[in-house]
Amino acid sequence: MNYLSILVALPVVGALIVGGLRSATDKLIKQIGLGTALASALVALSMALQFDPNSSSTLQFVEKYDWIPAFGVSFSLGVDGIALVLIVLAAILVPVVMLAGWNEAEGHRGSVRQYVVLTLLTYSMMIDVFAATDVFLFYVFFEAILIPMYFLIGRFGGQRATYAAVKFLLYSLVGGLLMLASLVGLWVVSREQLGAGTFDWETLTTLNIDGGVQNWLFLGFFIAFAIKAPLFPFHTWLPDAAGEATPGNATLLVGVLDKIGTFGMLRYCLPLFPLASAYFTPVVIVLSLVGIIYGALLAIGQSDLKRLIAYTSVSHFGFIALGIFAFTTQGQSGATLYMVNHGFSTAALFLVAGYLMSRRGSRFIEDFGGVAKVAPVLAGTFFLAGLSSLALPGMSSFISEFLVLQGTFTRYPVPAIIATTGIVLAALYILLMIQRTMTGEPTAEVAEKVGEITFREKIAIAPVIAIIIVTGFLPQPLLNIINPAVDRVMTAVTATDPVASEGVSK
Amino acid sequence: MNLLMDAPVIDYGIMQPILVVLGAAVLGVLIEAFAPRENRRNIQLVVTFGSLLIALYGVVTNTSEKHVGLGAVNSLSIDGPGLFLQGVILVSALVGAMFLAERDIDVQGDAFAPQASALPGSEDESEFTLRGWLQTEIWPLFLFSVGGMLIFPVANDFLTLFVALEVMSLPLYLLAGMARRRRLLSQEAALKYFVLGAFSSAFLLYGSALLYGFAGSVTYGDIVTAIGQDPGRNGLLIVGSLFVFVGLLFKVGAAPFHQWTPDVYQGAPTALTAFMGAATKVAAFGALLRVAYVALGGLRWDLAPVLWVIAGLTMLIGTVVGVAQSDIKRMLAYSSIAHAGFLILGVIAANPAGLSGSLFYLLAYAFTTLGTFGIVSLVHDASGEANNLGQFAGLGKRSPLVAGAFALFLLALAGIPLTSGFTGKFAVFAAAYEGGAAPLVVLAVIASAIAAFFYVRVIVLMFFTEPQGEEVSVIVPSMFTQVGLSIAATATVILGVMPQPVLDLLNNTFFIR
Repeated sequence: MNYLSILVALPVVGALIVGGLRSATDKLIKQIGLGTALASALVALSMALQFDPNSSSTLQFVEKYDWIPAFGVSFSLGVDGIALVLIVLAAILVPVVMLAGWNEAEGHRGSVRQYVVLTLLTYSMMIDVFAATDVFLFYVFFEAILIPMYFLIGRFGGQRATYAAVKFLLYSLVGGLLMLASLVGLWVVSREQLGAGTFDWETLTTLNIDGGVQNWLFLGFFIAFAIKAPLFPFHTWLPDAAGEATPGNATLLVGVLDKIGTFGMLRYCLPLFPLASAYFTPVVIVLSLVGIIYGALLAIGQSDLKRLIAYTSVSHFGFIALGIFAFTTQGQSGATLYMVNHGFSTAALFLVAGYLMSRRGSRFIEDFGGVAKVAPVLAGTFFLAGLSSLALPGMSSFISEFLVLQGTFTRYPVPAIIATTGIVLAALYILLMIQRTMTGEPTAEVAEKVGEITFREKIAIAPVIAIIIVTGFLPQPLLNIINPAVDRVMTAVTATDPVASEGVSK
Repeated sequence: MNLLMDAPVIDYGIMQPILVVLGAAVLGVLIEAFAPRENRRNIQLVVTFGSLLIALYGVVTNTSEKHVGLGAVNSLSIDGPGLFLQGVILVSALVGAMFLAERDIDVQGDAFAPQASALPGSEDESEFTLRGWLQTEIWPLFLFSVGGMLIFPVANDFLTLFVALEVMSLPLYLLAGMARRRRLLSQEAALKYFVLGAFSSAFLLYGSALLYGFAGSVTYGDIVTAIGQDPGRNGLLIVGSLFVFVGLLFKVGAAPFHQWTPDVYQGAPTALTAFMGAATKVAAFGALLRVAYVALGGLRWDLAPVLWVIAGLTMLIGTVVGVAQSDIKRMLAYSSIAHAGFLILGVIAANPAGLSGSLFYLLAYAFTTLGTFGIVSLVHDASGEANNLGQFAGLGKRSPLVAGAFALFLLALAGIPLTSGFTGKFAVFAAAYEGGAAPLVVLAVIASAIAAFFYVRVIVLMFFTEPQGEEVSVIVPSMFTQVGLSIAATATVILGVMPQPVLDLLNNTFFIR
């Protein structure tokens, strides 16, 4: 079965139906949107069940169609374990976001129809980006996805949404164009070495690129990914974009879209430019450490819930990059698992914060307080989401953070020790936020406006919380899928684990 | 000594497109003289569109039958690239003619002055306007210009090149000064265009003369041979080729010879700007490519430093100054300068991929330029066309279709994937990288990023900004403009999504001499 093309096509079909039904009510539009998302989630899950972790081939569910043979470009899709878990992450989060943010699109410049169409298009392109095995195809969707996301932020955001949307677009566009320069270079190198230029990822990983050239090509890709992820110092667009977007869009943006950056490092930077990756490792590790601590410190100082969550993500992306560039199996497995777990825990935080904000009509922490008294279940959910974000043992993020730190320590002990301060700071920003919003006596306005979590909201958030707790106790099935793919990356960069590092993951 | 000369054998089939268009232009002059006023427009339209279509048919048959070769005693070189360029020029001319034929946009008639010779603001002029005079002289002028453009990129010697340059430019100087609205601006633009154009023609002619002094011939092939026999690099050759390049770079609007571009783009009637911006650029780059690849190909290494500086300067000036513009037509003019810079990368590449990439780029660029200016001509306020950027605010809400199409063209100009502009950029950049110009490719990418800023700014204005001040309205045009815009938009999408057929066509085509 062509799982991947079905996954790519389903949301587009849904978007076309929604766009074409001129007389449909907003409710029907949202129902069609949610139905499409649920159907694709089923497809994604059944694909995941068919996935064979022990397969001898790098990519599975491979599909390939010629697109622009003159440039060696094909429309080719396929997944390894890393791409698979990210696709499943997207497939679960999109219906969750649609249900959780059922009324989010109302009261904005754009219409509900636009909201649903844009979300579905973003969704389809996310799958494309993760499943593309042609570097050109990847680049095309890497750029194209900016357009629906730009409109989602700009037309459905807060007061400074236009500014945030443009900032998002320009940052990503600059990164993308740098990547284009490297892409051109990579193509020319492939043409020189193979006779005909190609963009096929697997073929490109076999090239022997000169070290100096690698460094330049690596930089183009890496900066694009560092902006996307985002790593310090390329992160300044994220708090604005996530702060202005609706909670649902912020979830998609930070939870899934930004993973394209870290995914790209793992999928493209390392296997395509192994020498350059090793060469730049010290720089990346320093940037990651700065990001971990700087993001956490800024998170502590935020007065705006959404911006706070955005800054926690800057810190978390530091961990992910650290794990990737540790060049150990645990580090990279941990980083991949971190991408998934961060997706779910951020979704939980953004969405429950969204529940709170829609009730109170404010996104500022000072406007809350005492929510636990008036809405205990809602407060409890928020607390759980927070605990997941600070990586409490028993929550999924704990495993990944631990793996990243352990994997880093075996090769780079000092950076690993510095990174642990991030954990302490995480406890601070999360607990302070929970204390300020949930505990104490409810103010008059909170008592009046903040009601208990509704049935729809419960249904939406339940799968996310369940996944966080289940993978917290049982990470092994996920790691079984991820590990073979990570091993291949390690082979590609000819890295071996330092001795005596056979730890949790094996 | 045998004084008898053999009559030259002339292959008329290969020259059919040129002959048809120039013939129709002459016919157009006669129609102006003899046909009654009320019938002129219809006759002129039939002649114009008919001749363009017949010429296009000729180009298509010549291409499909691989009917290529030197024509008219070696003064024309109708080869694969030449046919492709002629096709692009003819298609641009067809779409441009649709915009020029539009009479529903301006309440007073069309975009051209009722009587070009009447002084702006004079009593004569207001009288002619009051009487509702509309003139049709633009059609023969237009056809002469198209005819010149068809010769320019296939000229195989410097004299033909010069004659073609004049035939294509002189009518454009005139047409640029004939805008109905803002006539002083229009006439100023025309004068500037004429003076600077004449200046550059002089450079071209002087350069050709020096090259003749060097090689004893003006034919490209003879010059190539002479360069091969002269390893010492004669002074005449170097100075002559630099002068020829100055003349050609002026026409493509490359820095530092770009100053005329913003004024002319702004002052000329928008429908004409659309045609001129697209077709002149195609013709001029076609000629530049042929001169650089064929006639002066042997000088590649001597000329490279000059071209590198010009390419870098052109890209930077086009984008950086473009950011500061507040008039949409001036902004698009600077954008065209930036695109000229990108295209020079294709000249620098000096490999087959550079040629085919540039040709694809020109095709894509022609359609987006026609499209953008076509849309600009639709947005009006009380006093005529609304060209101030601020007036585009909120357009997305009032006319989603027009704003959407405009956004498409702007994204294509910015080179966003899945639009034609991206494919073109990729092809040219890859060729330049392969040709050893990697630093210029990086600069081009940075310039693209800066340029993206001002394209995106217009999209932001249209979709996210509330309109302030006076209301502008989008005029619903007649079928002419509607068809023209649809062709441009469709081509922009198709060349972005499915470029393979065109790339196949361009694969393995090269200049002959």
